[in-house]
Amino acid sequence: MHIHELEKRWIQISIALLAAFAVLIGVAAFAFGVQVPTLERRVDPTRLDEDPVWSNPGVREIVPGEQYEVYLISKAWQFVPRTIEVPAGAKVTFYITSADIQHGFKIVDTSVSMQVLPGYVGKVSYVFREPGEYMMICTEYCGLGHAAMYGVIKVLPPQK
Amino acid sequence: MSEVFQLPRSEKKLVVWHLVIAVAALSVGGLFGLFQALNYGGVDLYGFLGKLGLKSYYQGLTLHGVLNAIIWTTYFIMGFLTFNVVYGLKRPLKSAKLNWAGFWVMTLGLILAALMILSNQASVLYTFYPPLKAPWIFYLGLTLLVVGSWIEGWGLAWTFFAWKKENPGVRSPFIAFAAVLTFILWQLATLGVAAEVLALLLPWSMGLTQGVDVELARTLFWWFGHPLVYFWLLPAYISWYAYLPRQAGGKLFSDTLARLAFWLFLLLSVPVGFHHQYLDPGVPPGWRYIHALLTLSVVVPSMMTLFTVVASLEYAGRKRGGKGLFGWIWALPWKDPSVAAQLLAGLIFMFGGIGGVLNASYNINMILHNSAWVVGHFHLTVGTAVTLSFMGISYWLVPYLTGKPLPEKVARAQVWFYAIGMTIFSQALHSLGLAGAPRRTPLGNAPYIPPEWQGLLLRVAIGGVLLATGLYLYIYIMARLAWGKAKKPVTVEPPVAEALHDPQQTPAWLDSWRPWVIGAIALVVLAYTPVLLDLITNMVPVDAPMMKLW
Repeated sequence: MHIHELEKRWIQISIALLAAFAVLIGVAAFAFGVQVPTLERRVDPTRLDEDPVWSNPGVREIVPGEQYEVYLISKAWQFVPRTIEVPAGAKVTFYITSADIQHGFKIVDTSVSMQVLPGYVGKVSYVFREPGEYMMICTEYCGLGHAAMYGVIKVLPPQK
Repeated sequence: MSEVFQLPRSEKKLVVWHLVIAVAALSVGGLFGLFQALNYGGVDLYGFLGKLGLKSYYQGLTLHGVLNAIIWTTYFIMGFLTFNVVYGLKRPLKSAKLNWAGFWVMTLGLILAALMILSNQASVLYTFYPPLKAPWIFYLGLTLLVVGSWIEGWGLAWTFFAWKKENPGVRSPFIAFAAVLTFILWQLATLGVAAEVLALLLPWSMGLTQGVDVELARTLFWWFGHPLVYFWLLPAYISWYAYLPRQAGGKLFSDTLARLAFWLFLLLSVPVGFHHQYLDPGVPPGWRYIHALLTLSVVVPSMMTLFTVVASLEYAGRKRGGKGLFGWIWALPWKDPSVAAQLLAGLIFMFGGIGGVLNASYNINMILHNSAWVVGHFHLTVGTAVTLSFMGISYWLVPYLTGKPLPEKVARAQVWFYAIGMTIFSQALHSLGLAGAPRRTPLGNAPYIPPEWQGLLLRVAIGGVLLATGLYLYIYIMARLAWGKAKKPVTVEPPVAEALHDPQQTPAWLDSWRPWVIGAIALVVLAYTPVLLDLITNMVPVDAPMMKLW
């Protein structure tokens, strides 16, 4: 098979590039802890009201100032609850599901993002370093009110 | 010049009708794109459009996505593949009737789906994610569209293998080989969406089942959704490999590596769908990572393509007297609109490719997923690399078919309007995405827009207007080539490039189908079976909400 000398080298470079990409992704995931959202459990979206966890969504303080859980429901066309308060510097774990159709969840200016599916509870953790107001917006088309579906996360100064 | 091979009458008509529907779809779909870009820039025409019967931004967005990304592409591609098989083999279709039947099935499907979208019953966007629920006629329309394309593709493959039998030991002509390979890729890809529609959505929309597991549906959709991108791209690659070098005055640098690259695309473009689902809770992260690696492997055939295409062009440029490291670039025939369109498409695609590597990079995707960045990205890929190349192809293909000369000046302006408009438009969308703006959203009406986004939104609108100007110049040129009067008919020879080395030297294993096709199927089975089994055994069927959402 005839392959030009330069092209051979070019293919070797592309394979090396591919290996570099693969390693870098692994390093980001495991050394820097940049983790994608995972599945917490499956749930019946029509019976969230009867579920002890989901009938009362919102913020749970696990270790004051250090560890928080947020239970968030997406539904057409709002986040429940619409406003969340957590302190800076604490590990916040979001549990998110949908009560009706698919939605998206994204916190602007952070790496937090998730596809929100009815029937599935997604889980993702984040530490807000800077106090301030962060927008959470719906990033998946969910009908006429989609563009107006957003909420606010108020990150308070760290509790000492 | 020897006599130019003409397509048999029925085949010619078939190609023409594919192009007519493709261009008609683009002319309507493009209009809604313009409205969306204007909305971003603060010019909201939806009040006015409402008086004309449009119900919402999202109905328009559904039309834009379906007509541009599905109908324009699929019809153009099936027409172009048919041309490549018949012209490449210099042989009529085995059964032109079969291919015509496929065309009519496709078109019936298009009509059914279009009726549902136009009556605002199926404003579910072109991804139709459940549990958004359209009437069953919409899903039936989609099914017929896909099945019709299968029938046409089977007709092409039948013709190709008949030719192989008639010509034992002869390497198949590259354009016919690549056309059939593109169809095989489409066949393998569409099995996923066929399973989604036939097993889940159609029975559910007919009331036979109570609900659909949304993660299962998404997984089957993206089995199809990513290779769809390669179904769009490969015909453009056929042109870049096999026509563009000749148009530029050169030859195909390597027939061998061209074929190898196509086989690698077939192997690597299907088992990668989870890279659209990195942020889906229902897909195990380990599998998402495996698909990330498989996705990134596409780097290899993509880089091979870059090498071969650039080498072929450099060869042409130097033959035309280009000197120095980059001098050959300026020596290329930029005045030929067909060449300029494809050179710009390829140049812009380099940025699309780099962006694609970022999208595919697993955790980096968390910043980009469902953001305006993605819209910027696929307007560089399907919107430019593919669409602008198709425009360039039609600048010789349509004159070949109709015998009318191309209005070159208009075509030259068309190409630059489109490319410059797209660059501005897409760059602004990429930046908006990085700033956090979501896709699929009328940002001109969203209540949460921070002031820093305003300048970018305006640039989307400005780019969009230039882009639309380019698009409608193209529609005008196509209309002139169809209905305009020519003083005297022109004869255009399709510019098929010779290879630098005799294709007969290409090893036989690059012209044999079974091992590659079996390999491709095996990879899909390995990459999907465990996750599909997990999703099927743990299904949570969900029904659509009672309230109509659009």
